[in-house]
Amino acid sequence: MQTIVAYVENKPGVLNRVASLTRRLAINIDSLTVGPTENEEIARMTICAHTDEKGAQRLEASLEKLVDVLLAENISGRSMLERDLALIKVAADQQNRPHLMELIKVFRGRVVDVAPESLIVEVSGTVDKIDGLLEVLRPFGVLEMARTGRIAMTRGNDLLRPPEARSGGKAETAPASS
Amino acid sequence: MKLTGAEILCETLTRLGVQHIFGYPGGAILPVYDALGKSKLHHILVRHEQGATHMADGYARASGGVGVAMATSGPGATNMVTGIATAMLDSSPLVCITGQVSSKLLGSDAFQEVDITGITMPITKYNVVVSRAEDIARTVREAFIIANSGRPGPVLVDITKDAQQASTEFDWDACGPQLPPKRVRNNHDQVEFDRAVELLNAAKRPVILAGRGVILSRAMRTFEQFVRTSNIPVAMTLLGIGCFPATDPMNLGMMGMHGEAWVNTAIQEADLLIAVGMRFDDRVTGDLRTYARSARKIHIEVDRAEINKNVVVDAAIVGDAGETLALLLPHIQTSDHSAWLAHIKELKGGSAVRDIQSLPDSGHLYAAHVINDLWKVTNGGAIVVTDVGQHQMWEAQYYHHNEPHTLVTSGGLGTMGFALPAAIGTKFARPDREVWAVVGDGGFQMTMSELATIVQEKLNIKIAIINNGYLGMVRQWQEFFYDKRYVATPLIAPDFVALANAFGIRGERVTSRKEVVPTIKAARSSDHAVLIDFRVEQEDSVYPMVPAGAPLHEMIRRPNNPLVETASEP
Repeated sequence: MQTIVAYVENKPGVLNRVASLTRRLAINIDSLTVGPTENEEIARMTICAHTDEKGAQRLEASLEKLVDVLLAENISGRSMLERDLALIKVAADQQNRPHLMELIKVFRGRVVDVAPESLIVEVSGTVDKIDGLLEVLRPFGVLEMARTGRIAMTRGNDLLRPPEARSGGKAETAPASS
Repeated sequence: MKLTGAEILCETLTRLGVQHIFGYPGGAILPVYDALGKSKLHHILVRHEQGATHMADGYARASGGVGVAMATSGPGATNMVTGIATAMLDSSPLVCITGQVSSKLLGSDAFQEVDITGITMPITKYNVVVSRAEDIARTVREAFIIANSGRPGPVLVDITKDAQQASTEFDWDACGPQLPPKRVRNNHDQVEFDRAVELLNAAKRPVILAGRGVILSRAMRTFEQFVRTSNIPVAMTLLGIGCFPATDPMNLGMMGMHGEAWVNTAIQEADLLIAVGMRFDDRVTGDLRTYARSARKIHIEVDRAEINKNVVVDAAIVGDAGETLALLLPHIQTSDHSAWLAHIKELKGGSAVRDIQSLPDSGHLYAAHVINDLWKVTNGGAIVVTDVGQHQMWEAQYYHHNEPHTLVTSGGLGTMGFALPAAIGTKFARPDREVWAVVGDGGFQMTMSELATIVQEKLNIKIAIINNGYLGMVRQWQEFFYDKRYVATPLIAPDFVALANAFGIRGERVTSRKEVVPTIKAARSSDHAVLIDFRVEQEDSVYPMVPAGAPLHEMIRRPNNPLVETASEP
C-alpha cells in the first residue's frame, strides 16, 4: 500500500481527473479522501493505492503533470500519522449492551447513538485499530458501517505545504508564424 | 470596449499570433464563425473535423508553434477525437476550440450535446468548459501556454453558445492567464548529474538515442555540439528524425522495429545509452528483458513521469533537452571511440549488401525505390508528410532528412489517414517549402475527402500514393505471423488519377521504375497540386523487422528477393 498526498485546485472536475488517471494507469485505489485546506482555493487529497514503489512514483509524477494538481508526493515510508474514521452500527440489546460498551472502550471508541436494538460507535485511528474493533464487533452483528478512508500527515519538520504564488506561468508564446 | 464572447475569442486568437484556423462550422459554434468573418483570421474549411485536427497538428509540427482547430458541438467535437489523441501521443501543441450547447441546456441531452471534455480527458493535456464570456480570453491564453510549455500537447476549450453570444467588457491586460501555482521542482539533482557525467566519460561503447524532445526543445545546435564533443554516434527514433543531419557520419539512422540492423545491433552491444527527449517506446526497445543488457543508461527528459517508466535508468536528468545538454557540455571529455565506431561501420557494411538499393533493376517498382528517387530528385529538401504503415517506414529508411520539422508523421498513435490533412497544415505553416504527402492506398482512402480542401485553398501539395493494393503493413504481419492468411487486407481503390481529376487535380500513374524520376520532376515543375499513383510491388515487406515483443537484435532480414531473381529470367 502506498500513500500519496496531493494539493489540488478546489474546483469541479479535479477529482474526476485524478480518478481517471489512476484508472488509465491501472492502479487500484484503496481509499481517496478530499477536503479543504486553510486556503479555500486549494484542496488536499490523500490517496492510498494498491501498488508498489515504482507504481507510486509513476502515479506521483503523472499526478503532478495534471494542470490542476499543484503538488503530489509519495510519503510512504516516511514518519507519518495516518487516520481513518468509522461509524459502525452494531446490533445491541439490553443484555449484551454493557459487554459491548466495555469492548468499545478498550478500542477508545465512543458510543454516539443508542437505540433499543442497536448502537452506533464512532472510532478513529489507524486502519489496523479500526479493523481490530470491527473484528470483535462482528459476532454481535454489524448492521451498517461508514468509513472515511485514510488521511495522512508527515510528522514534525517534514512539512508538505502547497505552493503559493498564482502566476501567468511562462511568458506567453505566440505560435510561430511562417 | 464591449465585445461578444465570440468576438473576444477571435480577438484573443489574433493577439496570440494565430493566423490560420482549421475548422468546420455548425450550430453551437455559429456565433464564433460570424465573428471570424469580421476578423483577419484565415479559416480553412475542412471536409471532416478529423482533418481539422490533423491539419492543426501538421501545422504545429512543421512550424514549431501551436496549431488551432475548431468544430461545433456533438459530432463535430467527437470527430476530433482521433486527431487529438494523435497529437497527445506525439506531444504536439494543439488548441482545439469546440462549440457547446448553451449552459442552461448542459446535461439535458440537447441536440448535438456531447460531454466532449469528459470524452477527451485522457487524451488532452488539459481541457475545460467555458460558460461565461468573461472567461474566454483568459482561458484561451492559458490554453496556449499549457499546449506549448513543458512537454507540449493538445488542449481543448469547449465554449457554450451563450458564452459566445453574451457581451462583456474586454480588457486584454485584465484577462491575463491565471495558471494554478504549481510546485517548482529542483530538476537537476546533483547526484544524478554527476553520475551521468561519470558514465559519459567512462563509456567505451556509447550510443546516443535522440527523440522528438530534441526538436521540441529547439536544441539542434547544442545537440550537435554534444555529439561532436563527446564523439558518440547517434541513433534516432522515428520522431527524432531531423534533429541531427542524416548525412552526418555520426548519425547511424533510425532504431527500433524497422530500424537498420547495424543501429539495433549497436544498441544491443553498447555499454552506455544516452537517451535524449525520447521515451523508450515498445516499438523502439523490443523485449525489455533483453534490451541493451550490457548498457548503463542515462535519461534526459522533460517529463518526469517518463523516467523509469519502461526502462530503469542509472542516471536521470529531468529537464529541457537543450538546457540539460548545455549544462553537461563543459563536463564532457572528448574520448576516442574509434574502435567502437569502426565496429559499427563494419556492421553497416554487412547490412548494406541486403539493401534493396543494391538489387538489380528488374523493371519491378519497389516503394523503397520511389522514396529514394524522391529524396534524390528533391535533394532531400522537401517536407515529407507520411501516413502510417509500410511506406512510412520506407520513408524513414530511404528519405534522408537533414533538418528538423521536415518529416511530419504520426508515430505514437500510428493514425492512418493522417498524411493528407497534415500535409495541408504543413503547407500553411511552410508555404515557402515543397511539401510531399507520401501515403498508402489504405490510409489515403480514409481522408481523401480533403483533396477538396486542397483545391479550395489552391494549395501546391504533391501527393505520392504508394499503391500496393493491400493494407501493406498488416499484410506483412499476416505473411510473417499468420501463415500468409491475408484476411481483410487486400483492398480495391478507385482510379486515383480519375479521382484526382474529378477534384480538379492533375493525376499521374507510374508503373515502372524508369518513369519515377521524370514524373516526380514534372510534378515539381507545376505550381499546383499533383497526385501520383505509384503502382508498387504488391507483396514487398519492410526489412529488417523486429517482431513485436522480440529482442531488438532478433531481426527478420530481407531475404534474397525471389521476385527480382525470377523476373530477371525472361
